[in-house]
Amino acid sequence: MGGADLGERLRTLTGGAAVALRLDPRQYADQYFNVLSATLRDVGIETGAHTIYVSVTNPASLVWSLAEALDVPRDRVSFVDAISHIMMNYRNPLPNASYVESPRMLEDIMLRVEYLLRRTAAPHATVVVDSVNSLAIHNPPDLLSEFFHILLNNLKSRQVLAVVLDVSDDAASPLDQMLSLIVDETIDVGRGARS
Amino acid sequence: MDAPAPESVSPPGRERCATGIQGLDDILGGGIPRGNMILVSGSVGTGKTTLTLEFLVRGAERGERSLFLSVTEASDKLIQNLSTFEFFRADLVTSGALVFVDVPVIYDRLGLDREEMTAEDVDLLVLTIQGLVTELGAKRVVLDSLTSVCYRIRKEERIRDFMLKLSQALSAVDCTTLLVSEVAQSPGRLSLYGVEEAIVDGVILLGNTRRQGDIIRVLQVIKMRGTSHSRAQYVIELTPIGMLMAPHLKGGHQEGG
Repeated sequence: MGGADLGERLRTLTGGAAVALRLDPRQYADQYFNVLSATLRDVGIETGAHTIYVSVTNPASLVWSLAEALDVPRDRVSFVDAISHIMMNYRNPLPNASYVESPRMLEDIMLRVEYLLRRTAAPHATVVVDSVNSLAIHNPPDLLSEFFHILLNNLKSRQVLAVVLDVSDDAASPLDQMLSLIVDETIDVGRGARS
Repeated sequence: MDAPAPESVSPPGRERCATGIQGLDDILGGGIPRGNMILVSGSVGTGKTTLTLEFLVRGAERGERSLFLSVTEASDKLIQNLSTFEFFRADLVTSGALVFVDVPVIYDRLGLDREEMTAEDVDLLVLTIQGLVTELGAKRVVLDSLTSVCYRIRKEERIRDFMLKLSQALSAVDCTTLLVSEVAQSPGRLSLYGVEEAIVDGVILLGNTRRQGDIIRVLQVIKMRGTSHSRAQYVIELTPIGMLMAPHLKGGHQEGG
C-alpha cells in the first residue's frame, strides 16, 4: 500500500479511532516512509491536525529529518522522544521535542502526550506511537498492555486519532494479539488488508 | 488495572474548592470540600510547594483571594520561581488577589523571639493569622511549612492546640487551607510529629517511588473528610502549564499488605 493510499484510508477514520499499522519487517524501510507520509503529511497537514509523534524506535531527530523531506512544517508536529536519553544521544535537542528519560517511564510518556495535547491550538490531533515493538523491548507485557489500554482510551475520549506502529509478520504473536484487543482495527501496510 | 476514578459519587451538600489541578479535582469529586484544612505531605523535592502555589493561583484567577504564608523561603524568591510557570500571572500579585506574607516578619512584629513558643505565643500567632485572613477576605491559605512552625512550638499538645485553633478559625470564614508537611522519605510517615495528620481534614501525600531503578514522582490522597475520593496512586509531572497527573501503572503487580 502506497503512502497516499494509506493516508486516504487514515483520513476516513473518525476522531477517537485507534488503529494499528502493521509493517512487514522485510520491507520496513519503504513501508515506514509510507507510514510517515500518511500520518504526518496526509493526515497531519491536509486535515489541519497536529501530530504528536512518540518516538521509541528512532530518535526524534532522525524522524524529523525524514519529516522535513516530506515538507512537514515544524509547527505541525511535536515529538515525545523516549529513546535519545537512554542512548546517551541528547546533545542537540529539537525545539519541538519533549524528551522522556527512558522508554520504561510509560507514565511520563502519557504525561508528555497530555501536555502537548493541552498546548496545541489545532482543532484535531493525532498521536502516533512508534512502536509497540520497541516499547516491548523495555517493558513487561502486563505493564505495556495497561499503558496502551489507558492511553488509547484517554485519546478516544478526547476524539484524538491514535496510530500504533507494529513491525511484525506474525499476527498470532502475543504482542499482536494484545494490540488487536486494544485497537479498533489493524491495517496491514504491506497488503493493505484490514482486520 | 487499579481504578483511577473516584470510588463513588460524592455526598451532596459540601461546596467544593476546586484546586484547578484537573486530575486532582477529578479524584476528589470536584475539589476539596470548602473550609477543610489539608496536610500536603512529602519529602524534599516532591512538588509540595508547587502544588500549593498552583492551588492559590487557580483560586486567585477565580476571584478567591489567596494567601501564601511562607516560613522557610523569602516571598520575593518564591515569586521569582513561580514566574517560570506559564500558569502564573504577575498581575494577580500586583492586584492583591494573591498575597505573599513572610511568617518570620510576623514573628518579629509579635515579638515571638523565644526558641520555643509558649501557649500564649501560639494563641497570638493563631489570632494574627486569623486577623490577616479576615482582613484580606482570603478564601484560600497555604502555610509553607507547618513543619517549620512546629519546630518552634515543639510540644505535641501545643502543636495539636495550634492546629485545632487554626482549623476552627479558618473554617469559620470558609477558608480552605493547605499545610505543607515536610517528612523524611519513609513508608507510612505523614508528618514530623505524627499528630498533624490526625487533626487535619485531609492528607495529600507526595513522594517518590522506584520501578526498575527509575524514580517516579507520585501523589496519593490518603484522607479527605466530606467527600469520597480515589485512593489510587498517580504519577505527577510539574510542567510549565501546571501539575499533570496520570495513573500509576502496576502491570498486574499488586503490593501486599
